[in-house]
Parts: sequence; structure tokens; C-alpha cells
Amino acid sequence: MFSTHGILVVGGGIAGQAVCEAVRARDPHVPLTLVCAEDRLPYDRVRLGDLLADEPDLEALTLRPTTWYADHDVTVLLGRRVTALDPDAGLATLDDGTLLHPDRTVLCTGSDALVPPIPGAERALLFRDPADCAAMVRAAGPDVRAAVVGGGLLGLEAAYALARRGCATTIVHLVDRLMERQLDAPAAALLAPAMQELGVAVLLEHATEEVTADGLRFTDGTTLDADLVVLSVGIRPQTQLARETGLEVERGIVVDDTLTTSHPQVLAVGECAQHRGVVHGIVAPIHDQAQVAADTLTGTASRYEGSIPTAKLKVMGVDLVTAGAAEGEREVVVADAATRTYRKLVTDPDGTVLGAVLLGDTRGAELLTDAVRTRKVTDDPLALLAEASAATAAELPDTAQVCNCNGVCKGAIVEAIREGGLGSTQEVVNVTRAGAGCGSCKPVVTELLAIERAGAAEAPAYLCPCAKATREELGTLVREQDITSVSELGAACGAGRECGACKPGLSYLIEERQAARFRQERHAKFINDRVHANIQNDGTFSVIPRMRGGVTTPDELRRIADVADKYEIPMVKVTGGQRIDLLGVRKEHLPAVWEDLGMPSGYAYAKSVRTVKTCVGTQFCRFGLGDSIDLGVDLERTMEGLHTPHKVKAAVTGCPRNCAEAYVKDIGLVAVEGGWEVYVGGAAGASVRKGDLLTTVETPEEAKDVALAFLQFYREHGDHLERTYGFLERVGLEHVQEEVLPADKRAALLERFAIAKAACDPDPWQERYAPAVPNQFSELDTEALDLVSLAEGLR
Amino acid sequence: MSATAEGTWTRVGAPGDVPVLEGRAVTVAGRRIAVFRLDDGGWAAVDAACPHKGGPLQDGIVGDGCVTCPLHQQRFRFTDLVAHEVRVDGDGIFVRLAGAA
Repeated sequence: MFSTHGILVVGGGIAGQAVCEAVRARDPHVPLTLVCAEDRLPYDRVRLGDLLADEPDLEALTLRPTTWYADHDVTVLLGRRVTALDPDAGLATLDDGTLLHPDRTVLCTGSDALVPPIPGAERALLFRDPADCAAMVRAAGPDVRAAVVGGGLLGLEAAYALARRGCATTIVHLVDRLMERQLDAPAAALLAPAMQELGVAVLLEHATEEVTADGLRFTDGTTLDADLVVLSVGIRPQTQLARETGLEVERGIVVDDTLTTSHPQVLAVGECAQHRGVVHGIVAPIHDQAQVAADTLTGTASRYEGSIPTAKLKVMGVDLVTAGAAEGEREVVVADAATRTYRKLVTDPDGTVLGAVLLGDTRGAELLTDAVRTRKVTDDPLALLAEASAATAAELPDTAQVCNCNGVCKGAIVEAIREGGLGSTQEVVNVTRAGAGCGSCKPVVTELLAIERAGAAEAPAYLCPCAKATREELGTLVREQDITSVSELGAACGAGRECGACKPGLSYLIEERQAARFRQERHAKFINDRVHANIQNDGTFSVIPRMRGGVTTPDELRRIADVADKYEIPMVKVTGGQRIDLLGVRKEHLPAVWEDLGMPSGYAYAKSVRTVKTCVGTQFCRFGLGDSIDLGVDLERTMEGLHTPHKVKAAVTGCPRNCAEAYVKDIGLVAVEGGWEVYVGGAAGASVRKGDLLTTVETPEEAKDVALAFLQFYREHGDHLERTYGFLERVGLEHVQEEVLPADKRAALLERFAIAKAACDPDPWQERYAPAVPNQFSELDTEALDLVSLAEGLR
Repeated sequence: MSATAEGTWTRVGAPGDVPVLEGRAVTVAGRRIAVFRLDDGGWAAVDAACPHKGGPLQDGIVGDGCVTCPLHQQRFRFTDLVAHEVRVDGDGIFVRLAGAA
């Protein structure tokens, strides 16, 4: 290859991603390539502990979706390693032999877990990447005794997660207090009993000598029985490539204040870098470094002068934030042993703020962290501490970092709100990325927005932003003027005319209100709903036939196989909703593919009821408590064909083992002793949320009725493109219970559901015989198989 | 429905081949063109590949002045895209590529 690859970023962690974002913010054009050793896009390792939760979802940790890289012209090479770097020649060699020609290279190789040199260490698990988490989840369980060696931040998070999974868990720590790098003795003394209350025993001042088959043996000769041992004693910067390249490496890769290594064309950022003798192992400095590195790369002079270490413990029920030094010459403390609250400010004798420890009560954390960061001088540290308790976002200085995950300060948020005219928290999160990480700062984002909007409520979500019309206003118009089509609505008020982008939302609104009287217009639909298939990135389509409850037959499978052969389908894939996806189908082939499949549309391309996933339940399972297959198939048959504000995924599972994942579906039915639980508002996509228990009923018939009534309630009140989890959080579970459960309201909802169901199209694939518009499946110079004449021939 | 040359104008189909407020693609002189039939009786013809990621604009949602690409919902004004001349004459839609006059 002749042209250069511009900037090469080696390492797909938080640091690599932060460098890419910071460079793109300064230069939209410079070629940018990100090489990720793991076979996945950069994810938020800070939230690794989430993968030990009940419903681990790596997707949710992904920092940016695939589309971000496409939209920002960042070339991503997944599952690739840079094996050799020759910065003088501007050459980088990948493990598959590919040669890249970077002008500059940024090493973001991160760190590995430190494995202590003790016998038996290989018996233990580490806590460093998703594979480690998967191994921990597999090994954990109610009868398992777990030991975590290392009482630092990560060790505490691992121990907490194991305890939550039912393990009898012990933290073993070398020194006399937990988190000794961040905490002073009194705070650590309060943290230990708080962990014990969460089911984690704490064993201090024990040096592990060996990991044995039975657990741990300590240097004092005592032992601890454990079935599962996790080592979390620290990290070691990954510097191999830097060493082989001949760069100066001490503990980490040595960088100067411009983040440049000993070679002028090579920079290093993150946990692999050593700046002024310090290797940072936490997230906040990474963002500071990435900004300076991006300045250096784009020719702006700027200096990195170190970061204040900050830490936030992500353990439910234990609020802990630390910044800077935990101990110093002058300390003021407010403590309440009864509530395990401990708030401390550390200054030098002149009142320059050097550190803060907030345990149990973290109010004002942003203000105090900023005071540490800016070395604020106070003549009354106690007053500053008290002030912080009452501080609101308004008092924060512009430099205060609100989002530590993504390194966003208050000033940037306020500026984005003003310049972009942002009106809702979600918009601010999307634009600034503040709150897009662990989410703990979202309340502050909301507060800042409220201040900027002078107390006005968050902007309404306009269904048609061009005409500034809300769903409620348009719904009223539809009713009052008896509007039955998108064109009529456009003629009445201008909605959907100018840019047209909202037409699918308008279409849903009118369909939901008018049921059988709705006149659908194809121009108002997304392409998926015009051709009843899901458009893919290359303009081909995916075809998923209906397979109710995930139950199929040998005959159907044979037909699917024959279709895949006949139309040379490039990929046949089993979906998460227990069906089969034929990917890469050309638009002109759709009618013929449907004809040969002889199965109805699975509606997998639409904002509609998708599938009802099932487990085998009492039909085969030894543990089944209810017939999940019969109920699931019946529920899918009843709901299928209905459009909804956003897609609706459901599941019916035969016992609380939850094999069909009903707890994380929009609608989930779970068989329990003597009845059925109905969960709503669950999610396991970009958001992970366990559904709320709407109610528990005795019979499958009643469970189905409640599910259908909830579906209809959501159809009537959900905003377009609002999933049930957002809907539940917006309107509240209690409100849903009040509107769905009483017999009279339920009956009314079911009646309207029946009207909607009668009006819907259970199988749009029949349009292969009667296309809705000319050339529905073809272009001006292609032809679809003529099934119309075929159908006429049959008559 | 093959395209036949007529001077620099190329017949690409009949008006009835494109539903109102929808688009269909056709190749003219090796170039993929999206032809849109607008609500006011007008027509628009632009390069079919979305300038963002090459998505099929003919499959986009059409408003009075815009088309939204189906791949990433990027919205473009017709006037911001590479536009070609298009006219309807009797039973034919005719396209003349930009720069071909």
C-alpha cells in the first residue's frame, strides 16, 4: 500500500478509544486505525463487575456501536495484534502479516493482571477481562466457598459480585486495612463491617503463601478453605511491544508531558504509560492523557502535568468516593459511626486542598474532587466540607469533572446544552457522553439541564420535530378530525411533510388510534416495512420466518435448507429469539424466497411483537412447573402481527431457572409453584434491566390476559421508539398496575386489543401475490419473480 | 425496462413505475441513480449511493425536500446531493446526468 495510514492506535481499551475520540474531535480527516487484540470493540473495563451480575451482557459495556466507527471513519481491526513496530521506517506489522504504514503510533496496550509468584497461582482465577468474568460466573454458586486475594478496589468489587451469586466469600488482604492506597484507617475500619453486611468476610494481615487444592495457605501456617480463588493483587503495564521497539521502558513506557515516548513518532496513553514516574491504574487520568496526546498528534502545544487519583467503589449500598491524598498534615473529619458515614478533607497547613474521602455520604463529591484537582485554598476546611453537603450543580465550577468515566466537565456540558439547544437529559448524554459510562452522574446532568432551562421541564419529545408537534397533540388531532392516513395528517397540520423522517411514527400513531379504519401508505414506512424484511449494511435483506415459541419441524427445516441452497444465501444464523435468519437476500428475491419457505413472516424487521421465547417447560423438563411451550406459542399467535411503539420481545419460562430469559423481556411469564408471574419492562440489549413484577396470577389464561392488557396499554401510551423499559421508568410500575390490573380496565384494554388484532396483517409476505405498489420488490432495471401471474394461474 | 438513450437524455422507465413519495434505482452510463417521485408532481434524481456510507437512497423515506437514508438515518436535502436532471414526457421518465448537457 502506497498511502499512509496516518495515526495508528494500538490497543482497544478505554485508552485507545479515548485517543480515537479526542483525535477525531480535533481532526475529522486524518486516517485513523485502531487495532484491538480482543475480538470485540472497545468496552468499558471499569464496569467489568457488571459481567458478574445475573444477566451478564458484554454488549452493554461496549463504549461505541459499530456505526460510530463507520460514521467517524475509524478503521477498526479486531482480533489483531501489532507484532512489530518500526517507527523510523513508519511500519507496523500485524500478526496476520498485514503491513501498516503509520506516520505516528499511539501505544494504548494497557495492563495485565499481576499474578503473584506463589505456588498454585495457576489454580486461581483472575479478574481482568470478560473471559475471567465468565469463568467466575461458571465457578460461582450457592454452595461454593470463594476467596478473593487482594482488598483493593477491584478485589472488593469481585468479592461483592461473588457474594451476590451466593458464594460464602472472604477477602484476604495483606495489610491492616482495605483499599489502603485510597483510604485512611478510620474510613477503612468503617468499610470492613459494611462489606461484612453484604456477606463478604474480611481477613486482614494475611500473606498468602500458596494456592492449594483446598484453598489458601498463609505464611503464618493457617489455611482458608475455598473452592474458588480469585487473585486481584494489582496490575502490570503491558510494555512488550514498546520494549521490542526499543523504547525507553521502566515500570511503564516512559512518556514526557506531551505523552511522547523516547521515539518522537510514538506516543503512549493509559495504564501502559509512565509519566513523571507514575503509572496510573484508574480511568480518569486516561481521559486527561488522551486529550493531551490528541493535541500533540494534531499539532497543538499542550502539556499533561499528572492527574489527581480518584476512585469510586461500585458496590451496591456502599457509597465511597476518594480523591487525592487520604492523609496529610491538616485533616478535618465529620463522622457518624451509627450511619457509617465518614467525610474527610485533607489540606496542607496553608489550607490548600489535597484530598477527600467520602464514605457513606458522597454528597458534594464533584465539588470536593474539583477542589482537590484545582488545589483550592480554603481558610476554613470544615466549612468547605459542610458546604459540599449542601452543594447543588449550580455551585460547581466549570472545570469540575461531572463524568469520571468519560472525563466530561461541567463547562462542556453547559456549553453543549446552550449551543445545541439540548432539551432532555438523554440528548445531553448522547452529545456530551457524560453519563454514558456507569451512569452515576446522570442526576447531575439532569440538574445542570434544569438550571440551564431555568427550571422549565425537560423539552417534550416531539413526534414531528419539524412541525414541533407532540404525540399527544397529534393524537388529539387524529381523533377530532377523524384522520385515517399520514397524508391527511400532513395536510391538516404539516406534520411529516418537510423532512419526512417522522412518518413511520405518525403511521403508528394513526394505526393505533384508528385500527381497521387506518389507511396505510408505503411512503410513510421505513424500507423494512415496505418490503417486509430487514435491510442490511450492503442493501440486501434478512428474512426470518415465524417460528412460534422457537418450535419448528423437520419439514420447515428442510424447506429453510432448500431455500438457503437455491438462493445461495450467504449466511444462515440462529437468532437470539429462537428463530432462523437468512441473511443477504436480494430485494428482488424476497417474494420467491417467501414462496419457497411457505412460512409466514416473523415480523423481525418491524416495530412490532417479535417472538415469544420459550423453554421446554413441563413437556420435557424435569424441573418444569408450567407448560411454557403451549402458553408461549399461544401468546405469540395472539400477539403476532401487531405494531407497537418499539419492538416487543417476550418469553415464557417454565420455572424460575429462567432458561427462556423471561426476566429480561418486555413481557416475561414465569411459572412458579401454584401460578404464573408476569414481568414487564425487562431488557437485555444496550440497557440491561430486570423486568418489574406486574402481578402473580393462578392460571396460564389469566397470565396471558394480563400480558395482552399490558401490551395494549403500552401500545396506547408508549412514545414512538420507546421500549417498554423506558416506558415503565417514565410512567412508573404503580401507574401501570393501576391501569392494567383492575378487572374493568383490563377488560376494556383487552377489547381494544381484540379490535387492533382484527385489523392487523398476520402475514405481509402474502403481498408476494398482490404487491401493494408497483415495483414493490424491484428497481427500474431489475425484476422480481412474477408471483402475481403465478397466483392468477392458480385461481 | 431497459434504458434507451435519446441524445444525452436517457429513458429510465415509465412514471407509473415509481410510486408517489418513493424512489427506485436505475443504472445510467454505469452510474447508479435514485429517481424519486415527489408529492407535488415533481421528480428528483440523485446519485443513489448515500454520501455517508453508500447506502441505497432509493430505499429511503422521502419528504418534500429531503430523503433519509435507510442505513443510518442520515438525512439529506435533495439539493445537497449530486443531482441530475429528470423530466417526464408522456409515458417516459428521462434522466440526464449532471455535467452531460
